[in-house]
Amino acid sequence: MPDLLDLSIAEAREGLDNGDFSAKEYTESHIKEIESANKTLNAYILETPEKALEMAAKSDERMAKGEAGLLEGIPLGIKDLFCTNGVRTTACSHILDGFEPPYESTVTENLWNAGAVMLGKLNLDEFAMGSSNETSHYGEVINPWRREGDDAKLVPGGSSGGSAAAVAAHLCVAATATDTGGSIRQPAAFTGTVGLKPTYGRVSRWGTIAFASSLDQAGPITRTVEDAAIMLQAMASHDEKDTTSVDIAVPDYRKELAGKVKGMTIGIPKEYRVDGMSEEIEALWQQGIEWFKDAGAKIVEVSLPHTKYALPAYYIVAPAEASSNLARYDGVKYGLRVEGDGIDGMYENTRAEGFGDEVKRRILMGTYVLSAGYYDAYYLKAQKVRTRIKQDFDEAFKDVDVMLTPTTPSPAFAMGEKSGDPLEMYLNDIFTVTVNMAGLPGLSVPAGMSASGLPLGLQLIGKPFDEGTLLKAGQVIEQAAGELPKPTKWWA
Amino acid sequence: MQINEATVKKIAKLARIKVTDQETKSLEGELSSILSWVEQLNEVDTDDVEPLTSVVETTMKKREDVVTDGGYASRVTKNAPLSEDNFFVVPKVVE
Repeated sequence: MPDLLDLSIAEAREGLDNGDFSAKEYTESHIKEIESANKTLNAYILETPEKALEMAAKSDERMAKGEAGLLEGIPLGIKDLFCTNGVRTTACSHILDGFEPPYESTVTENLWNAGAVMLGKLNLDEFAMGSSNETSHYGEVINPWRREGDDAKLVPGGSSGGSAAAVAAHLCVAATATDTGGSIRQPAAFTGTVGLKPTYGRVSRWGTIAFASSLDQAGPITRTVEDAAIMLQAMASHDEKDTTSVDIAVPDYRKELAGKVKGMTIGIPKEYRVDGMSEEIEALWQQGIEWFKDAGAKIVEVSLPHTKYALPAYYIVAPAEASSNLARYDGVKYGLRVEGDGIDGMYENTRAEGFGDEVKRRILMGTYVLSAGYYDAYYLKAQKVRTRIKQDFDEAFKDVDVMLTPTTPSPAFAMGEKSGDPLEMYLNDIFTVTVNMAGLPGLSVPAGMSASGLPLGLQLIGKPFDEGTLLKAGQVIEQAAGELPKPTKWWA
Repeated sequence: MQINEATVKKIAKLARIKVTDQETKSLEGELSSILSWVEQLNEVDTDDVEPLTSVVETTMKKREDVVTDGGYASRVTKNAPLSEDNFFVVPKVVE
């Protein structure tokens, strides 16, 4: 029998259905692996083995009765941004110390209804603000990957760094994640995993701790494109409790995978060929183009003239929305409270001690751009630029089915390498952020290795609610790239 | 765009976050450089462009104005750092 930890969701579902192993055995193997690996990698900030075994036992009962759900007996890691009923949820912030939600997020509810098992809560950048998982109150996540011949600790990317590292190190078969400016796709690229950010409105935001409400969208991190399709199938729904959730039936994504890419048109946005792009990223992109040509797709160059303005516009819109969303953390309703002089003193002390530096920086930036006299110059201007960005995509998508770009400008970098300069860190999202600004679906697929022996990803951008085509195209990259190296298990 | 110490202090007050003098100093530099960087947005012609309000064209959903949830104050106040008889307790606000 193959190592249970190496199975994909699709393979594990088959094994479970055939009775090759039980949900209990499958979950136990993951619990054991987490026990030995997590001390080093710090991907989980809360392990819930008892709950996992309880859920697995119920899965076994349901399977015995022939009532298996889509994810029956599949052990998942849950980003600690999703509220889980009675299980501590903190967004990796000190300000949410000890918070135990009395409700379940719609995404996790959907997963449990499909029969999935929760292994624990995964690390992230505080309130999902970061690109390296270095801003978590619970410490950094270590990337399972190291450069060849070098044991320097690398970041797993962020904000879904715990999700990506856990999936890459086989500490769960798949994980939930969220993406506001690249937080699913960038860590997926840094860890050699598949990351899917669905169309805005495809997945309910209810019960997911809010960062920037017009940009936030939940999606999966997995090891195969097929698994991403299965996970999205279970996560997506129309939800009365989220007014931005869209009332469109969830298609059978796995069925759409079977389609052909022959005759499809792939757009190559020329503005993504940025100054100073490294040769290996350039070569990877070219390789991707060749793969699609070989698969019978037509390649055309497209233009998205406002690409370079997406990141600065994002750094107005996201902090503005964050400053408003994070106003609720005031020491009254949940989490940390630090007493002070009167109610304002209590607010100010609680928020000073409860928020980390990056979160404070973004709240202050957001407060500034929304303050009297500056609203039009910053927030309104940024939202108008956003319209321009969206128009670029609408125009380009008249001629193409999907677009192909690199996911990140570089492979994973070392701890501390970029944490001194906020602007340098922000530039990590240069290829991913446009997708959030326009609300489109984006998929990062492992495509090759850097000269230093680290994974690199290619990004596909799709039309709204066309995740099926996106996933189908993703499989072209996956199949053409073939069997890529796995991280050596130095942490065990 | 250069912002000064007084502005940092003012927005910190608006955001209800206490900042030390040292934090004020580093925030002055960091926020100024971010604001200078976003100034490139002025190069974009946005005359006659509507600000984006929704990435997906939808009509606002409406629902009946009825109570569908609630009636469990103790669950709502369960996570409060300080509560009494299902009320949140805050420092005295009105003299």
